[in-house]
Amino acid sequence: MTATDSADLVSIPALLARNAREFGDKAAYREKEFGIWQSWTWVQAVEQVEALALGLLSLGAEKGDHVAIAGRNRPYLYWAMLAAQSIGAVPVPIYQDAVGDEIAYVLDHCNARFIVAGDQEQVDKILDIRDSLKNLQTIIYLDPRGLRKYDHGMLKQYQNLQEEGRAARGQLGDELAKRQASQGYDDTCVMLYTSGTTGRPKGVVLSNRNVIETSKNSSQFDELGPGEEVLAYLPMAWVGDYTFSMGQALWTGFCVNCPESAETMMTDLREIGPTYYFAPPRVFENQLTNVMIRMEDASRLKKWMFEKAMAHAKRVGPALLSGTSIGFMDRVKYFLGDIFIYGPLKNTLGLSRVRIGYTAGEAIGPELFDFYRSLGINLKQLYGQTEATVYVTIQPDGEVRADTVGVPAPGVEVRIGDNGEIYYRSPGVFVEYYNNPESTASTKDAEGWVATGDAGFFEEDTGHLRIIDRAKDVGKMADGRLFAPKYVENKLKFYPNILEAVVFGNGRDYCTAFVNIDLNAVGNWAERNNIAYGGYQELSQHPQVLDMIQAHIEETNQSIAQDPMLSGCQVSRFLVLHKELDADDGEMTRTRKVRRRTVEDKFDDLIAGLYGGAAFVETTTEVTYEDGRKGSISAKLELRDAAIAAEQQLAAQ
Amino acid sequence: MFDQAESFVTPDGRTIGAVMMEMKNITLRFGGVVAIKDISFDVREGEIRAIIGPNGAGKSSMLNVISGFYHPQEGEVWYKGARRPEMKPFEVARQGIARTFQNIALFEGMSVLDNVMTGRLNHMKTGILSQAIWYGKAEREETENRAVVERVIDFLEIQHIRKTPVSRLPYGLKKRVELARALAADPKLLLLDEPMAGMNVEEKEDMSRFILDVNDEFGTTIVLIEHDMGVVMDLSDRVVVMDYGKKIGDGPPDEVRNNQAVIDAYLGVAHD
Repeated sequence: MTATDSADLVSIPALLARNAREFGDKAAYREKEFGIWQSWTWVQAVEQVEALALGLLSLGAEKGDHVAIAGRNRPYLYWAMLAAQSIGAVPVPIYQDAVGDEIAYVLDHCNARFIVAGDQEQVDKILDIRDSLKNLQTIIYLDPRGLRKYDHGMLKQYQNLQEEGRAARGQLGDELAKRQASQGYDDTCVMLYTSGTTGRPKGVVLSNRNVIETSKNSSQFDELGPGEEVLAYLPMAWVGDYTFSMGQALWTGFCVNCPESAETMMTDLREIGPTYYFAPPRVFENQLTNVMIRMEDASRLKKWMFEKAMAHAKRVGPALLSGTSIGFMDRVKYFLGDIFIYGPLKNTLGLSRVRIGYTAGEAIGPELFDFYRSLGINLKQLYGQTEATVYVTIQPDGEVRADTVGVPAPGVEVRIGDNGEIYYRSPGVFVEYYNNPESTASTKDAEGWVATGDAGFFEEDTGHLRIIDRAKDVGKMADGRLFAPKYVENKLKFYPNILEAVVFGNGRDYCTAFVNIDLNAVGNWAERNNIAYGGYQELSQHPQVLDMIQAHIEETNQSIAQDPMLSGCQVSRFLVLHKELDADDGEMTRTRKVRRRTVEDKFDDLIAGLYGGAAFVETTTEVTYEDGRKGSISAKLELRDAAIAAEQQLAAQ
Repeated sequence: MFDQAESFVTPDGRTIGAVMMEMKNITLRFGGVVAIKDISFDVREGEIRAIIGPNGAGKSSMLNVISGFYHPQEGEVWYKGARRPEMKPFEVARQGIARTFQNIALFEGMSVLDNVMTGRLNHMKTGILSQAIWYGKAEREETENRAVVERVIDFLEIQHIRKTPVSRLPYGLKKRVELARALAADPKLLLLDEPMAGMNVEEKEDMSRFILDVNDEFGTTIVLIEHDMGVVMDLSDRVVVMDYGKKIGDGPPDEVRNNQAVIDAYLGVAHD
C-alpha cells in the first residue's frame, strides 16, 4: 500500500481528492475510442467530475436525490457516479439491457430525479416510460448520435451540462466544497438493485463505511497496489463492478480501463493485459470453448504439442501454482511448455499479466478451473452478495480448490444456521433495503447477521466453506431423500455442450431436467460432423444431439450416485428446450440466473409430459424480442429416459 | 411543395436545400437497346432520393450515369449549378460523389480498416515513394486520414471487425463495410445501389437506421436504389419510379404509392 491511510478518508469524494493529490499525473481512466486508448489522469478525472457536479448543482440537485445511471462501462458514467456522490446525491446504476418495465420499476421505486443515459437506446427506453416517473427532471445523455431532433425540454447533453457547470464555478464552487466536506462515514454511498432472482428487485443501500472498509480489507488481502490494471466490462449495476472499479480503484488508486464496445472486449483485454481480473465462469468457459474450437482446426503438429503440453500442465500446473514442490524433470518440462504453449496461449487470452483473478457468481466446473490454473493463472474463487458489498468468503493464495469458496474474508464472521443456511456479519453489511423495512428485517437481524439464503457447510479439516444450493430450493423427494437441484444443474453445465439446465423433482418420485444446448459448441460439433440444421430449434431436437445430451446426463448420474446424500437427485427423464432461456422473457435474471418458478409455470405442459410418460409433447411458447415486441414459437419436443446408476454403488461397498 | 420553395424543413425536422443535381432528358443506349429513355429528375441537397422499379427498369444504369461510369448519348447532367462535362469515374468521385455496389466490390483479402482507408485515397496527396518511406508529411497525412476513418468505423459500429479480413465477414457486415468506405470519402452525394438486397429483417432495420443517421448526422444527400418497397417508403423524401427505361412516376412516397402506372408496373399488366 503506497497510498497514505488517513482518518479523513471517509467518503468517495475524499478518496478522489486524495488520489489527485498523490497520484496526480498517473492514468486513472482509459477508454478505447476511435481505435486508440484515450486516457485521463487523476487530476483530469477530478476536473471532469467537478464540472459535472457543478452542472448538477446548477440544475438544483439536492442532497439525497437519486441519480440513475444507465449505459455500458465508460469513464464518463463512472464520473457521473462520482459527481453525484460529490454533491451528496446517491448514484443508482441500472442494468443497461433491462427492458422498459424493469427500468420503470427501479426508477419509480428510487424516485430518480436525474438520469445519466449512455446513448439514444437508453434515452428511448426512459422516454417511453416518463409519464410514470413523477420526480424525473432531466435526462443527461452522453452520446448525442440520433438525438439531435429530440425535444430537448427534458434532455441535456453531458458535455453541455459540464460546460454550464464550469461557467457556474464562481457561484457554486463554495456549495460544492461544502457538500463534499459534509459527508460522513455512515452516509449513503451508492444504491444497487439486486437482480431479483425471486420477485421484484430490492434497492440495497450501501454506506461509505461499507464500501471503503470492504475495499480496504480486500485490497490488503490481495496486496493490490496503484499499479494494477483492470478491465471494467461487467454491468455497472452489479455490486462487483462497483467494488472493483470504484471502491478498490479509488482506495488503491489503480487504473480502470473501459472497452470500446461489448463485442471488442476480448481484443481490448489482450491490449490492456489486466493484472487483476474478474469474470463469471461463463466468460472463462467461452474463452476456453473458443480455444478448443480453434485447436480442432489446427495442424497436427500444433495439436500434438498442445495436447502434450496441456496434459503435463494438468498434472503439475496447479501444484506448482499452490507452491507445492514438484520433481526437477517436471519443472523443466513445465518451463518448456511455458515457452511454447502456455505463454503464447495466455497472451492470446489476454491473461499474461494476471496476478490475481477471481471468479464468482456461480459454481465453476473443476476442469475449467484447473485448465486456467494449470496455465499458471492465479484464478481463485470468492463467494459474495450485494448485501455484503461483495465479500463473504474468499480463497487465499495457496488454498485454492474448485469445490469450495474459501475462508471468511477479512473482517467477516460466518456461521451456519440450524437449517444449514449461511449467515454472515461484517463491516460491509448493507444499511437497509430502500423503502422496504420488512425485507430488511427479515434479512438482517438486530445483531447485524445477514441470512444469505444459501445452504452450505464448513469442511472440518480445512475450514473452507462449501455451498450446496439456495436454501429455499433444497427440498425433499417424495420418499424423503434430499433434493438439491443446483448441485445437479452445475454438474450438467460443466459440459461445454450444455449451456443451462433446470432440474425438477421436489416432492416427486424422480427427477427430470430441461436442458439448453450451447449453440456455439453444438453448432461447431454439427459442422464438423456434417449435420445440417436450420436454426437453434432444429439443432436442439436433432436425434444425435439428444443422444449426446443423454450421454452427458447418464455420466452425471454416475457421478451423483457416488454421493449417498444426494443420490436421489439423478435425472430419470429429460428434454432439450426449443429456445434458450432468456432474460427478456423473464426466465432468467439480468445476471443470467434461472428464475425457477417462472420456468416451472411457463413450461408446465412440458413438466406434465415428463412426469406423465409421454414420448413427445407439442408446445407453443411466447417470446419477447429485444425491442419488446412479442411473438411465439411452436415445437414438437422429444422426451427421453436416461439410465439411472443408482443404488448399486452403495450395495457394492 | 418541392418545386416552389428554395429550401424547406420536413415534418421530422430536417432541412432540404436547393437542387444539387439535375438530370435533364437523359437517354442511354447500348447498341440497339435503350436502357434509359428521356428521363429528367433532380436531387435536392440533404434529401434521401429513391429510385425504384422492376428488374431491368434501368435503375442501376441511371446510377452509373450519375457516377460517371456510363455516358448518356443524349441529355445533360447538371451538378452544383453547372453542366458536368463527360468525366471519368475518378473525376466524379473527386467532386464529392461516392457509391456502393449492388454486388459487393470490396478487396476481399484486405482488412476492414484497409478497405475503409481506400475510401480516403482522393484525400491523400503524397506520392507512392514518400508513403513507402512513411516519414514527415506522409505520416501526418495517414494519421489524419486514419482519424476520419475511425470516426466512420465508430459511427457504423464495426469496431469489432476492424482488423478482420473482409472475406471472413458475413454478407450483412460486408454491406456495412462498403457503406463505411463510401462514407470515408466524405461525400456530398452518396449513391447506394440496393443497400439492403439479400438481408434479413433485422439487418435491414440496422441498415435503415444507419442510412437515416448518415443523412441526419453529416447532412449527406443520398440517392438509393431499393427493391423493398416498405424500406423505400419509410426512408425516402422523394421517389423516382422507372419501368422499361422510362420514368413513370416522381414524387413523395405517398403520392407514388397511389400512382396507377406504378401499381401496374409492380403488379404487372400486359405490355404491348
